Amino acid sequence: MLKFDNVSKRYPETGDVLHNVSFHLQQGEIAFLTGHSGAGKTTLLKLIAVMERCTRGEIFLDGQQLSHVKQRHLPFLRRKMGFIYQDYKLLTDRTVFDNVALPLAIAGFSHAEIKRRVRASLDKVGLLGQERKFPQALSGGEQQRVGIARAVVNKPPLIIADEPTGNLDPELSAEIMLLFEQFQQVGVTVLIASHDISLISRMNHRVLKLDHGQLIL
Amino acid sequence: MKPVKRKSAVDSPVKPPVKHRKTRQTRTAGGGFVDKLHAYRDHHAHALFSSLGRLVTTPFTSIMTIAVLAISISLASGFYITVINIQQLTANLENSNQISLFLKDDVSNETANHLTATIRKNPSVQAVKIITKEQALVEFKAYSGFGEAIDVLDKNPLPIVLQVLPKNTLQDKQELEALFKTVKNLNEVDYTQIDMQWVERLQSIVEVARFGTVLFSVMIGLGVLFIIGNTIRLELHSRRDEVMISKLIGATNAFIRRPLLYTGFWIGFISGVSAWFIVAILMLILREPVEKLSGLYEGDLHLIFLGFIDTLALLLASSLLGVFSSWAALLFQLRHTRPE
Repeated sequence: MLKFDNVSKRYPETGDVLHNVSFHLQQGEIAFLTGHSGAGKTTLLKLIAVMERCTRGEIFLDGQQLSHVKQRHLPFLRRKMGFIYQDYKLLTDRTVFDNVALPLAIAGFSHAEIKRRVRASLDKVGLLGQERKFPQALSGGEQQRVGIARAVVNKPPLIIADEPTGNLDPELSAEIMLLFEQFQQVGVTVLIASHDISLISRMNHRVLKLDHGQLIL
Repeated sequence: MKPVKRKSAVDSPVKPPVKHRKTRQTRTAGGGFVDKLHAYRDHHAHALFSSLGRLVTTPFTSIMTIAVLAISISLASGFYITVINIQQLTANLENSNQISLFLKDDVSNETANHLTATIRKNPSVQAVKIITKEQALVEFKAYSGFGEAIDVLDKNPLPIVLQVLPKNTLQDKQELEALFKTVKNLNEVDYTQIDMQWVERLQSIVEVARFGTVLFSVMIGLGVLFIIGNTIRLELHSRRDEVMISKLIGATNAFIRRPLLYTGFWIGFISGVSAWFIVAILMLILREPVEKLSGLYEGDLHLIFLGFIDTLALLLASSLLGVFSSWAALLFQLRHTRPE
């Protein structure tokens, strides 16, 4: 599903941030990406989102090579991934419904289909009935779940979460993790960047540990 | 906080991988051409109204921008309508190929009457009207506003004038010239003037003004282009987060561009409508003085307002300018927006 093949990323200012990183996530696998801050977690995620392009090596998503994707093909590639952020990255001037509907509107779904899917997605994260609220009227945990609903509404085969529980208390974090496990059960690949060691150790999943840009197995 | 609902895998919005493929194809791509079309139409309608809504949520900025644009556009269209009015004036005069003969000061009314009769016999002449010194004085006092000044003079300085109207059939310039030469060489005539000459001069001035209008409009258009382009650039900047998030969710540049193109359209359109009203109000203010002036010159000049076609052209041009300048600004801006 997602394959890193000797990937390096070098910035002119800081040198190699990632060095010969190789791993392969199978379909329906959950993996944690950990490491101290500055180890290259964020850079690795940026490479998957093609916000940055790798300097050496190859990244494959669903057999498709990411480093040479043409700019005009990028949007369609990104629709195969659902991103979840520590700071939720919700549009504060839009309702919960509109936030979750955004990926569907982008993909060109009809209004009726959007309505159906948004409701299903909000139901999944336990926020049905909150569609008309604005994100700021919700608690942190609820906002994160809106972010998750948005990430999965388009049914992407890959979910990438960047510190999804960074701002949440342990109980909420556990619930979010349970959601991820449910997605995994239906065949979605999930990659979670986190430094919450206790949470990671409690869950029995694959761990990719980065140290100074290198993967420690 | 409500507990997260647990659902079976079948109910989940994320379907199993094999099924997933299928739903994707049937719902997104293959959901029927008509469905796609409807979705596209819905999306455009949404972009159209939401962009108007956004303009309304920042009324101060919107009004400032639109005021600047409306005044600029009204300058161009005001200039245009002025030229149109002057043109109408000269068009009315086009048929006046009348020749005025100013007789020598010592010619008596009797001689003038004789002369009139002689000229009438000319086959090219349709009519001759005599304006005696006395008539001329009365007219002059009534219309010129210099009545009192002329009273100071002990002698009427105005000459007898014969207004020779050639036959309508006399369209040929050479025949007109021939008639002109004949009357010019009469002994009693001091000075001859064909109205045609100054009509032609006026027409060439109007022609220059018309060309000036085109140049002026192009300059105004360029100004509007840059103002709207810059407004859209700022708008894109203020929506930076939204653009970033949309891009990461898989929005194409066309998707990001669309609402901003509609914003450009609205700015252009509303400015066009406002410009129309500015011109209309100015013309209403000008109407009375112009008609008074027209009366002074015995003219039948009535102010022409912007017509239906002109209005349509004005609105179309300003709307298109709005869309085009947004498009140009976005083409440049989005190319430099990160992430790709």
